[in-house]
Amino acid sequence: MTEFSTLSIKETITSLKNKDFSVSELVDFHISSMENGRELNAFITETADIARKKASDCDQNYSKGEEKPLEGIPLGIKDMFCTKGVKTTASSKMLENFVPPYESTVTQNLWNDGAILLGKLNNDEFAMGSSNETSFFGEVKNPWKNNKDNFTVPGGSSGGSAASVAAGMGLASLGTDTGGSIRQPASFTGTVGLKPTYGRCSRWGIIAFASSLDQAGPITKTVKDCALLLNSICSYDPKDSTSSQKKIPDFEKSTDESIKGMKIGIPKEYEADGISEDITEYLEKGKEWLTESGAEIVEISLPHIKYALPCYYIIAPAEASSNLARYDGVKFTHRVDADNIIDMYEETRSQGFGDEVKRRIMIGTYVLSSGYYDAYYLKAQKVRAMISKDFKEAFTKVDVIYGPSTPSTAFELGDKKKDPLEMYLNDVFTVPVNLAGLPAMSVPVGLDKEKLPVGMQLIGNSFDEESILSIASCIEKSAKFDLNPNKWWINE
Amino acid sequence: MNNLIKGETGDWEVVIGIEVHAQIVSNSKLFSSASTKFGGEHNTQVSFVDAGMPGMLPVINWVCVEQAIRTGLGLNAKINNYSIFDRKNYFYPDLPQGYQISQFKQPIVGEGSVTIDIDDKKSKTIRIERLHLEQDAGKSLHDQHPEFSFVDLNRSGVALMEIVSMPDISSADEAQSYIKKLRSIMRYLGTCDGNMEEGSLRADINVSVRKPGDELGTRCEIKNVNSIKFIGQAIDYEARRQIELIEDSKIIDQETRLFDPKKGETRSMRSKEEAHDYRYFPDPDLLPLSFSENIIEEIKSELPELPDDKKERFQKEYSLSPYDSNILVSEIEIADFFEAVTKGRDPKIAANWITGEFFAAMNKLGFNIVDSPITIDNLSKLIKLIEENIISTRIAKDVFEIMLENNEDPEEIVEREGLKQVSDSGELEKIIDNIIANNPDQVEAVKLKPKLIGWFVGQVMKETNGKANPKLVNDLLNDKLN
Repeated sequence: MTEFSTLSIKETITSLKNKDFSVSELVDFHISSMENGRELNAFITETADIARKKASDCDQNYSKGEEKPLEGIPLGIKDMFCTKGVKTTASSKMLENFVPPYESTVTQNLWNDGAILLGKLNNDEFAMGSSNETSFFGEVKNPWKNNKDNFTVPGGSSGGSAASVAAGMGLASLGTDTGGSIRQPASFTGTVGLKPTYGRCSRWGIIAFASSLDQAGPITKTVKDCALLLNSICSYDPKDSTSSQKKIPDFEKSTDESIKGMKIGIPKEYEADGISEDITEYLEKGKEWLTESGAEIVEISLPHIKYALPCYYIIAPAEASSNLARYDGVKFTHRVDADNIIDMYEETRSQGFGDEVKRRIMIGTYVLSSGYYDAYYLKAQKVRAMISKDFKEAFTKVDVIYGPSTPSTAFELGDKKKDPLEMYLNDVFTVPVNLAGLPAMSVPVGLDKEKLPVGMQLIGNSFDEESILSIASCIEKSAKFDLNPNKWWINE
Repeated sequence: MNNLIKGETGDWEVVIGIEVHAQIVSNSKLFSSASTKFGGEHNTQVSFVDAGMPGMLPVINWVCVEQAIRTGLGLNAKINNYSIFDRKNYFYPDLPQGYQISQFKQPIVGEGSVTIDIDDKKSKTIRIERLHLEQDAGKSLHDQHPEFSFVDLNRSGVALMEIVSMPDISSADEAQSYIKKLRSIMRYLGTCDGNMEEGSLRADINVSVRKPGDELGTRCEIKNVNSIKFIGQAIDYEARRQIELIEDSKIIDQETRLFDPKKGETRSMRSKEEAHDYRYFPDPDLLPLSFSENIIEEIKSELPELPDDKKERFQKEYSLSPYDSNILVSEIEIADFFEAVTKGRDPKIAANWITGEFFAAMNKLGFNIVDSPITIDNLSKLIKLIEENIISTRIAKDVFEIMLENNEDPEEIVEREGLKQVSDSGELEKIIDNIIANNPDQVEAVKLKPKLIGWFVGQVMKETNGKANPKLVNDLLNDKLN
């Protein structure tokens, strides 16, 4: 039997075209991987029946030679994407039984290209979290245990998306990234994760967390796979007013481009405190790889980046407090009946939302309140503009910015759950990118002393995903990272 | 101008500012493609966006933007070609998103003005502070079930213009004139149908009182008043209430009040302390609203003639009085009707007939001018008959009554019923001679008292069934009796 789990999307498509195996066989394999991996709790909803049915259609398309670009590729989808007729929960009790009557634009693009829905993936509740521990459906376990044989978190909020790909349940997955929710879990699980430029992907049909920051993106095993999915999900969507009409290039092509002569910026602010030794080591190693491939390393400065985290934790909760107001018990959500409308609201929202979501709603409500708006929200917007300007200036000197994805590798389950502030600090390298609306990705470079994956972040100029894909491809080749965690969940 | 109200401690001045919510005429809603038609089955005109479904996003309907620009131009206002949509956050069952998309700091239309008539000679300018675009909410239905309230979202997301006046209004009459004028302008522009019963036009009225020359008093806002009559009643009641409180040495609480049309009173709805903190912030789902000067110019070039200009033209072109002109231009349909009827006719007769007999009949029958049972053509013919002395005004009224029944051609009616005015002096002379011969006493009497000539006129009319040309009869009688 073919070892499906080691194949990339690119390789799988070649094999399917060669009739080495059928889509049905491929899908059956991934369904059993998914079922055997329930211990990881990566999936909230498994859609094996839908997958099997679609697989036979895909096989017909292959036999007729009418296959589409992603024909027969089984994918897991973060439970923030509305999928028509398939329960979509945002990992919240509030939407425990919500079945959308519509399909998000981004997932529709994938299905139009022949991809297959394998199941809906667990995440932090309403995408709020950095460890996938805030889900109403329970925490997701990272397929990578640390050297003490302890469970680690897969990161968040797209923890299920990252864990599933690392564990070989589905060939790739879709996540959303508001402050690092694709890149941080990708880096924790040894996968490739990319957040496109704000506006590249339609937000229509994605359950909103913070509208000015949310973007959909792929989590894959390889850089090329990432480009393949990007080709499919990016589109101008007239249903999303913030969607971009910019021409969408062939991203796959950029993964083969030489990086000779490209300028790579290293922000001096990133070399600051708080980064683990192992990560610093890989940071240096990466510089060597890039120089060897003909790129030039340039030191740059992003002076306002130190304000990114507080700025983010004002803007994102502010938008969230408003975006989540619609979950009030009146319509499609969980409802707790009460004697009057106010009690109904209070009970419904008290019981329907978890602690982290409530915390952010309260922060957001506070910073928007009259009397505090100028001091918090307005100031944060000004800081945001300054951060954008920092990046803009940097990109007049360099093509791509290179640095760590996270200050540490995956931490143990439960480790930071009690301290929200420490949890928020995990986003320090990822949030500035969302504030500036830039594209960025995390590429695995190796394992640290704890035997946990390390990811490096590449940040590109606005609408220049191509450069980061070229650089990422180069790093991937040099790092030769082996995405092969010990499958303890099967052996145990 | 004396709008002062007498109180126990002297005269009081009322200061009024009005926020009008005007529903925009458009086929679909402000941010969705659902229909805006009035009176549909509950929840049949609701898109996923209007229902606040997860992941749904608003997309601006440019028709509504153009309507707002059009209205702004009609209010002589500054159009801001860069404006921002904000979210106004509050919880209510008929507000599915948990926020209303509105415009807070940067509205699409800035300062403008509306001119109202105080009397035939005097007019007054009411300054407009701003006009902004916003979504309407749905409707809560509390009378459908003993235990539950229901929500109808057909109206949810429908485009509204909120038009805010400066506190330039000084009486209930002025407030009513202002609303009527605003309504008329928007109906001319086709931007709001002004239908107050259907809720297309609603007013929030800010009322305060002060002694002339004093600083502004504490104001109360009367929410959602939906008829011109009620606006007058609400203001009168509220001003009185405030004056009495102050004269009683009591304090006026800044609060939101409701007008109860049954009792003719306003009552407290919520106090300032209970006022919502709406937590306005720019809606991140929408880009700033921006458009080129060209769009404004294009809309400007297509604007129809507005009531003020039309009124001036009517006075000049048709030599009508300001009073008649005012009535005729108050509704675009009336103005158009008048201009069609009066084509080739005497405008004064046409104006008199339309504002007199015709309006009275329409009122009595409960018809609107657009569904008048008498066509423009036939009314015009009737006026021609009067103008050419073929029938007298009195006969014309009878003909008009017949026309009302089945829009019959007045010429045919006159022909069939033999109503033509007798203007043949020979024929009339015979009749007059006969009457003089038969009534010697009256002939004597009229010599002493010339006014009694009226009796002879009456006799002639009786003989001719009212068809005698009155002027001719008078002339002949004067000749013969004097």
